[in-house]
Amino acid sequence: MTEQPVLELQDIHTSYGNIKALKGISLSVFQGEIVTIIGANGAGKSTTLMSICNIVPIEKGAVFYYGEAIHKRPADTLPARGLIQVPEGRRIFPRLSVEDNLDMGAFFRKDHAGIAADMGHVYNLFPVLKDRTRQKGGTLSGGEQQMLAIGRALMGRPKLLLLDEPSLGLAPMIVQKIFEIINNINTINKTTILLVEQNANIALKTAKRGYVLETGTILFSDQSDALLGNPDIRKAYLGEI
Amino acid sequence: MIRASKDIWRGYLIGIVWLLALLWPLLGIHSDGTLSFSRTLQVWLIIAVITLLLILITLLYKNQKLTWISGPVARTRSAIGSSSQKVPTWGWIMLAALFALTFPLYTGRSAQDVAINVLVYICLGLGLNIVIGLAGMLDLGYIAFYGVGAYTYALLSIHFQLSFWLALPFAAFTACIAGCIIGYPTLRMRGDYLAIVTLGFGEIVRIILNNWMTLTNGPNGILGIKAPGIYYPSFADGFSIEHLWLKKLHYVYYVVLLLVVFTIIAVHRLNFSRIGRAWEAIREDETAAELMGVNTFKLKLLAYAMGAIFGGLAGAFFAARMRFVSPESFTFIESAMVLAMVVLGGMASIPGIILGAMALVVLPEVFREFELYRMLAFGASMTLMMLFRPAGLIPAKRMGKRSEEKEGA
Repeated sequence: MTEQPVLELQDIHTSYGNIKALKGISLSVFQGEIVTIIGANGAGKSTTLMSICNIVPIEKGAVFYYGEAIHKRPADTLPARGLIQVPEGRRIFPRLSVEDNLDMGAFFRKDHAGIAADMGHVYNLFPVLKDRTRQKGGTLSGGEQQMLAIGRALMGRPKLLLLDEPSLGLAPMIVQKIFEIINNINTINKTTILLVEQNANIALKTAKRGYVLETGTILFSDQSDALLGNPDIRKAYLGEI
Repeated sequence: MIRASKDIWRGYLIGIVWLLALLWPLLGIHSDGTLSFSRTLQVWLIIAVITLLLILITLLYKNQKLTWISGPVARTRSAIGSSSQKVPTWGWIMLAALFALTFPLYTGRSAQDVAINVLVYICLGLGLNIVIGLAGMLDLGYIAFYGVGAYTYALLSIHFQLSFWLALPFAAFTACIAGCIIGYPTLRMRGDYLAIVTLGFGEIVRIILNNWMTLTNGPNGILGIKAPGIYYPSFADGFSIEHLWLKKLHYVYYVVLLLVVFTIIAVHRLNFSRIGRAWEAIREDETAAELMGVNTFKLKLLAYAMGAIFGGLAGAFFAARMRFVSPESFTFIESAMVLAMVVLGGMASIPGIILGAMALVVLPEVFREFELYRMLAFGASMTLMMLFRPAGLIPAKRMGKRSEEKEGA
């Protein structure tokens, strides 16, 4: 018997009006993995994540989460099942304090003791945030905002964490740090992670497997090492001539 | 430095010439067709001299030439600020409550009348604040709920002789239903589109009230609405329970004060609840809120319904106080006034909205002398406000506060 995937996408089609954004995406993510989707601007990476969370409704196909079809479920019921997304561009709540932002991550939970414990855990993971609990989220630097967005997602105790371009607009040093933390979340919390990235190099070094997305279809899928070694991919996504 | 001041002077010159060009048609062309210049020139010169002096003062201040005045002023201001911070919040609340409770004892009819208006607008402002300040949806037709509440009580009082207190829940309920009816189809819209649709709904309600002759008696309005009444024990000759119509102005004042206290407590509780936080999250970023597990549809509808309830309660009181309702009390300008109070006072800030309502009701009364220039003065003060205090008179502080409270607990 094969292992049941945490997340399985079967032939997903999504469009914005007349523009087809996804033309049949199929992929699967297994327990404990870090899987990455890489691709250029407009390839449909973010749309894939938004389709999984049913923020953008899919036209055709199916999404299975632990074997259950979730593409008809309202988006707001998914975090309680452990499917949590860190959206592109962080999208923290700019005028709420850092602490209130984190609190919002645990919105669907009612166990106050557990929430307090998890908040302590997030502050341990990101000590910068601890110094700024009362500062408004919007006044943090880009890297701190990314940490806050990840921390906010962790407050919901995700089983599967969807990360949309955590490196976006950050200095290389900060990107290194964020990816170390992503790795830690995977190894220490045993959280399965689906990572969408434009920065193919660091994404493939962090992930176990990868999918290469181009204009709404999957071009390649393989182990990360193999993708890193593939000359076509090196040329197109890793900037080698 | 010189360049900067050059820019200021150029701007000043252009502005003052423009003002003359605008002022002349307003003041110089008379309704009988004659033209005059002297009055325009007079007003213009006064304004020009005053603004010139103001610019000189600011320039001197910027160049640190006025430290002999600004130094002591800043010191006293910080002293006042720090000493006012020493008084705890509940101290301020007690002071305000004491003032509100004793107000009718040392004031006359006209002051009480203005105070009642202020309190009604506080109620409306706090209700609208739920929709705009917390959930972040611009509602330009809020007064519709006020109208629905007013007509609900008016009709119940006329046809079923229902007392004011019993009619209150009905008024709240019908306003809530109206809020859901308006909210449901508009919830998919955001920003400007929502504003236009709510504006339209506000007008629809007014036009229905105006034209449904059989129910609302159209533009003639409904007369003979009962004032609120209370039963009280009397020991005058033996024990008996007497009934009293609260028609006197100071009784009416206490009724609306009760309503406002209820509204403040309810809005405060909502503000600091889970629901309040979810509303704020929706205001900040709707998609992100949904990704955090917030049912944005339900909560936005709830915001509309809650806002409408307070509007409906205020409306029922309005009908009971005037003992007459007609559609012309519920025009767009009223919605705009309430909106102005919320923005002026400070979005999502309860003391701010109270102050905003006071300012916008009391100031026009003060300026009544200058009847002609009232709207001009009003517009000017609004513009100045937005320039110098863009977040409102008393900006909301709750962001940090919630964390502080938690730490204390």
